[in-house]
Amino acid sequence: MLRGLGNPRFLRAVLPAISLAVILGAIFAVNPRTMSPIGLNLLLQLAVPVALATIAQMFILAVNDLDLSIGGYVGLVACIGATFLNTDPLLGVVLLGACIAAYAVMGALIHWRNLPSIVVTLGMLFVWQGIAILVLPTPGGAAPGWITAIMGFKPPLVPFPIVAAVVIAVVVHFALMRSSYGVILRGAGGNPRAVARAGWSLLKTKLAMYALAGLFGVLSGLSLIGLTTSAQANIAMPYTLLSIAGAILGGSEFVGGRVSPVGAVIGALTLTLATRALTFFHVPPDWQIGAQGGILIVVLALRALINRREVA
Amino acid sequence: MSTAMVRIRVLLARPWIWSFLGALAVWLAAELFTGGQGAGELLTATLSFAVFMVIVGIGQMFVISTGPGNVDLSIPATIALTGAVAMKTMGGADAMILPGMLAALAAGAFVGACNYGLIRLLRIPPIIATMSANFLVMSTAIAYGRGLKVKPPPLFADFTTAQVAGIPVLAICTAIFAAVMGVVLHRTVYGRSVHAIGQNRRAARLAGVAVDRTRFLVYVLSATFAGLCGALLAGFSGGSSLSAGETYLLASIAVVVIGGTSVAGGRGNVPGIWGAALFMYLLEAMLNTYGAGAGLRLILTGLIIILVITIAGGDRPQR
Repeated sequence: MLRGLGNPRFLRAVLPAISLAVILGAIFAVNPRTMSPIGLNLLLQLAVPVALATIAQMFILAVNDLDLSIGGYVGLVACIGATFLNTDPLLGVVLLGACIAAYAVMGALIHWRNLPSIVVTLGMLFVWQGIAILVLPTPGGAAPGWITAIMGFKPPLVPFPIVAAVVIAVVVHFALMRSSYGVILRGAGGNPRAVARAGWSLLKTKLAMYALAGLFGVLSGLSLIGLTTSAQANIAMPYTLLSIAGAILGGSEFVGGRVSPVGAVIGALTLTLATRALTFFHVPPDWQIGAQGGILIVVLALRALINRREVA
Repeated sequence: MSTAMVRIRVLLARPWIWSFLGALAVWLAAELFTGGQGAGELLTATLSFAVFMVIVGIGQMFVISTGPGNVDLSIPATIALTGAVAMKTMGGADAMILPGMLAALAAGAFVGACNYGLIRLLRIPPIIATMSANFLVMSTAIAYGRGLKVKPPPLFADFTTAQVAGIPVLAICTAIFAAVMGVVLHRTVYGRSVHAIGQNRRAARLAGVAVDRTRFLVYVLSATFAGLCGALLAGFSGGSSLSAGETYLLASIAVVVIGGTSVAGGRGNVPGIWGAALFMYLLEAMLNTYGAGAGLRLILTGLIIILVITIAGGDRPQR
């Protein structure tokens, strides 16, 4: 048992959870009043859309690509959600479906022409942003009542963000890590040639992964306006970097195939909490962005340390 | 086949030709609309702004050429910080221009060294390392430049905005600079090492290439060029600003890739960066003359970037 605890693989798997616990503990120590369902709810609320965007990014990382457009995409979904989905639900649903389809097409294009995902998604970032400005030229709109109702739901005992995080993590974990097609999807990122030789269509896996990312991007945007109740075109711009950082923090790698849905959700929670923690610790505003970078560096340095032990 | 045909074929096979053709097409489209009026002014403005993209683009190209995953995301904050450092050191005095430039370059080099320190010593993936560094440098820039309102020295401001027969002096200097960097990339041991590492790091190491030193210098180079850009940009726009570097995060990557540098690494391209920088600015200008709103402009910019990369085609898998 003790040997199991010192095992680098085990350590690496629990590192995201430990960093989350440390930050949460520090916040509780500084301000004990946060240790209540209401306090936790306020602390973690914004983690739900971030976690969904991080899962979306993780799907792309799994097929060895990188999505720089997710921030603009989530913003566009938020704009559609706060306008069409509210006034004309059917059109809203059709538009959101078109967004997911566009994501799948993006994946197909990347695969078909063997394009660098960084450039294609960079271009799409501008496209999403442009459409969002056309949909909602000035900040405003209103989230549909049912979305705000869902996001404002208060289950007994456990705060809603925690329930949501667990549900997201478990659903994606079983779909991607435990199902047989999930293995193929991840394999397409880890060893595309082997998957192709085994008779699977790489195009289909790429389509599936990008469509899934699009779906979770939609969920992220909708949950975001459920909290903010209105939208603006660049409401989610930081999500691009946040989602990459969250996924990597949660144990995903840039080499494809190596991802962890549970880790990604924990990574997103940790990042959201870290930004909240900075205000609790009275970090001067000048240094708040810097401290976020610092936290990321510390956690990743720890992971590197564990990895080195594994090699040794 | 005639020799002219062969020449055209050879030319079309060059990865950088597409960005220039794109720039030419966009320029013609803009001129078609205005009937050729103000063609000279448009070219002058294009050159003035393209210069900054070229400077950071060359640094980014060296980084990207060292292989997949290598990219410098700390450029925006570095531009903001070094702009402030340059302006503060110069203090508006002509005599302090050289020390100010050197201070900006040194600050940039320091950021680059830190970047590689994070990558090598802490084994953090370059994207995350440079992104985290960007946050830290940005905070430093905010704290350092608080309330900073220093105008550039008159001589420096004149130099960065000077023109000879409609061609910005800065563009001429940058053209020479780009040519030198092209020679460094293709003709020196260092440049060959960068390419070797980008093609296969393990093979390069076994062949005796000083992998660590080369990669270290690549990140230092990129951040130093960002420092150069930051100082010049502050002179050009009459003072430093925290948001000066914002657009260069994505633009620096876009010009490198549109310019024909392989994202898979191992194949850099200097002339293409010029073509791509001209293309990016002319595209914006063309959409402006057509009276496109902000939303439409963004959509078309994005779609054209994707169109260019789709036509130019991706790389065939190497392994």
